[in-house]
Amino acid sequence: MISLNINGERREVDVDPQTPLLWVLRDTLGMTGTKYGCGISQCGACTVHVDGAATRTCVTPVATVADTEITTIEGLGADAPGGLHPLQQAWLEDDVVQCGYCQSGQIMSAAELIATTPEPTEDDINTAMSGNICRCGTYGRIRCAIKKAAAAMRGEAVTK
Amino acid sequence: MSTTRRSFIKTTSAAAVSGFVLGFYARPSGPQGRLLAAEPFSPNAFIRISTDDVITIIVNKSEMGQGVYTSLPMLIAEELDADWTTIRIEPAPVAPEYAHPVFKMQITGGSTSIISSWQQFREAGATARAMLVDAAAREWDVDKAKLTTDNGHVVFGDKRASYGELAMAAAELPVPTAAPLKDPKDFKIIGTNVKRIEGPSKVDGSAEFGMDISLPGMLTAVVAHAPVCGGTLVRFDASKAEAYPGVVKVKRIATGVAILAKDFWSARMARDLLEIEWDDGENGTLSTESLRAEYSALSEKAGNVAEDEGDTAGALAGAAKTLDAVYEVPYLAHAPMEPLNATAHVREDGCDIWAGTQGQSIDQMVAAQITGLAPERIKVHTTLLGGGFGRRTNFSADFVAEAVQVANGESVPVKTIWTREDDIQGGYYRPMFLHRLKAGLDAEGLPVAWHQHLVGESIMAGTPMGAMMKNGIDDASVEGAAHMPYAIDNRRVELTNAKKRLTVLWWRSVGHTHTGFVNESFLDEVAHAGGHDPYELRKKLLADEPRHLRVLDLAAEKAGWGTPLPEGRARGIAMRKSFESFVAEVAEVSVDNGRVRVHKVTCAVDCGIAVNPWNVEAQMESAIVFGLTAALHGEITLEKGRAQQSNFHDYPVLRMDEMPEIEVHIVQSSESPTGAGEPGVPPIAPAVANAVFALTGKRIRQLPIRI
Repeated sequence: MISLNINGERREVDVDPQTPLLWVLRDTLGMTGTKYGCGISQCGACTVHVDGAATRTCVTPVATVADTEITTIEGLGADAPGGLHPLQQAWLEDDVVQCGYCQSGQIMSAAELIATTPEPTEDDINTAMSGNICRCGTYGRIRCAIKKAAAAMRGEAVTK
Repeated sequence: MSTTRRSFIKTTSAAAVSGFVLGFYARPSGPQGRLLAAEPFSPNAFIRISTDDVITIIVNKSEMGQGVYTSLPMLIAEELDADWTTIRIEPAPVAPEYAHPVFKMQITGGSTSIISSWQQFREAGATARAMLVDAAAREWDVDKAKLTTDNGHVVFGDKRASYGELAMAAAELPVPTAAPLKDPKDFKIIGTNVKRIEGPSKVDGSAEFGMDISLPGMLTAVVAHAPVCGGTLVRFDASKAEAYPGVVKVKRIATGVAILAKDFWSARMARDLLEIEWDDGENGTLSTESLRAEYSALSEKAGNVAEDEGDTAGALAGAAKTLDAVYEVPYLAHAPMEPLNATAHVREDGCDIWAGTQGQSIDQMVAAQITGLAPERIKVHTTLLGGGFGRRTNFSADFVAEAVQVANGESVPVKTIWTREDDIQGGYYRPMFLHRLKAGLDAEGLPVAWHQHLVGESIMAGTPMGAMMKNGIDDASVEGAAHMPYAIDNRRVELTNAKKRLTVLWWRSVGHTHTGFVNESFLDEVAHAGGHDPYELRKKLLADEPRHLRVLDLAAEKAGWGTPLPEGRARGIAMRKSFESFVAEVAEVSVDNGRVRVHKVTCAVDCGIAVNPWNVEAQMESAIVFGLTAALHGEITLEKGRAQQSNFHDYPVLRMDEMPEIEVHIVQSSESPTGAGEPGVPPIAPAVANAVFALTGKRIRQLPIRI
């Protein structure tokens, strides 16, 4: 048995320790907000936070994250008003999503960025977000929404 | 409206028992979903109104990011005068009343969702409104002509009744044969920016894609496919794979060897342990270089004639100046973010399929053939699609058919998942094309002759659509090359259908993906050779095409065409009418260490009435990024019949750090709406390539762009 701490809940899983965290989340625990896109850490659709760090779960053996704090898209907004992280609110305000499949991963990558860099520059956004692919091309709106959410978290008025 | 209430009730109850009547804003709490208040009023196949004012719109087009789950309900809500906040949607089951009005089957494609539903959905809303008004008039005993509607209510003086309150009474009334539609000047919802209905579910991880389907007892399968398209299985040894923990069964199916396991990872790992001998077949020697040589040789012979205006040979012979060029584009994979998948549960009395699919009717028909069940026994539950771009429907319903084959004979549902490698190497590609061109210019440098010969595999040939081909012309190959809007008197366009070797497929904007690049680039060559500004030459040649001119002028004006740019930057322009819409784009580029950088794209679009302008803008942004990926990176090459690319590390796509600023300008129009999902793609590659020429003097005649 491997003991995991996911979104503040203790979960025990009986799986091969080499199984990627992605498939433990999706198939063993039924948490399907974290997505499979490439399986080789190239697209970012599977991003969660492990002890606050954006992590590609498709290449992370589950045994390596036992006893860490894992946050998935399902738990990101748990402590925020209305259950939505400021990024999720900004995403809705700017109507960012199209097909939506990559967006859990986009939001998780962005959440690490603005947690560590409260006022991200264009370069900061490029660096933090270039590991996340969106085939619908929502990058421009993602960029705006990140700035908006970062401003909201700093307590500044939101400007577009 | 040809639908009777009776046939509607039949289809909805059939959907309801299957337990997957998913609705946004009403997420199911169990397999049967949340019980809604009574929905007594269903005037047609697209609307149900409950006694608690919830209006359910049944959408018969698939949501793949293009926004139909929002823009189609807007059409009904407008004519119904509904309160938008009470609208929820439900994907349609497969039934005749949900067939595409033009294609006569349930399918989403060709940027036709709004075009084909514009009349039908507004009429559905208007009919429902008329019945609600009639119900209130009877209740209040007043002339219905004196009643108005407002935001989900029927109004008379200070009397107001909500649609929910009137639902029971309206259900008893006859369905009118016709109800007047609004004058567009009275639109309150159409033409406004409305956010996506399913948006909230896509930011909190709760949106359900095909990949997310989970059913009691379900197994997950992966399939080992032939490494060469058209290859066949000789023999296989599954003993090691079968012994892998979690594997339940290994079996041969038409497309390869399927591994059924308790979860994806077990199936995926066990697949590597299969020992399979394949016969590559005649594609086993295929290479991109051999195909290029073959296409080039074919382009020098005569082809099938797609267009022949004037005397092209004579005009070329008499021209003051002539130009020759060969353009080439590669095979491209669609690579939607959600890898292909479908779930099937085949029983003796029926079959349920859950899939993010663009082609429900074909899925149903193919599943009926595989299972031997009657088509009406096949239920297709459409989930959200994690991108489509044309990959999620074709005449063999390939990935759905495969999932049905995998599940056929099993007692439990089985979800079949393609890995990203399976997708990129799967052989379903935008066809590779070679175009050989000649142009003749007169003494003023204006084009008087245009000769173009296209060589590539036909999408239609060998499919049921092959019957539509006349004189060997596949319109999906020559669209945009034949019958150009430019005033050039002598034009001859020929097509040679290369031997069909791969399963070539429509890819967002289809033939325009290559004809847009080729024709708009070669026209740029003509402009420079004749000493004309590329924008001014287009203006001159489009003098009789007002809608073309309008987007061309708008894009040029907004981009500051002709105004100075910083050192090291240049602009390129291109335009295209496709899917009945008009789009012009100006790209601003620089070149750094042999790498093209696109800084800004200015786009002007005329798609008639923009039903949801914010979404039209999003579709233009999306199409530009999709087309830029192909222009800068996209290429599937073959060696010994095998795709040389396998995943995003060697089939790169545009990422955040390459994202240009995009400005979209929508032409205000009172014309009926036209396509939005695809028309933004064709102009971007030539706009960038033409900008590269303006900057460096190097003409780009092959994609992806290499400096």
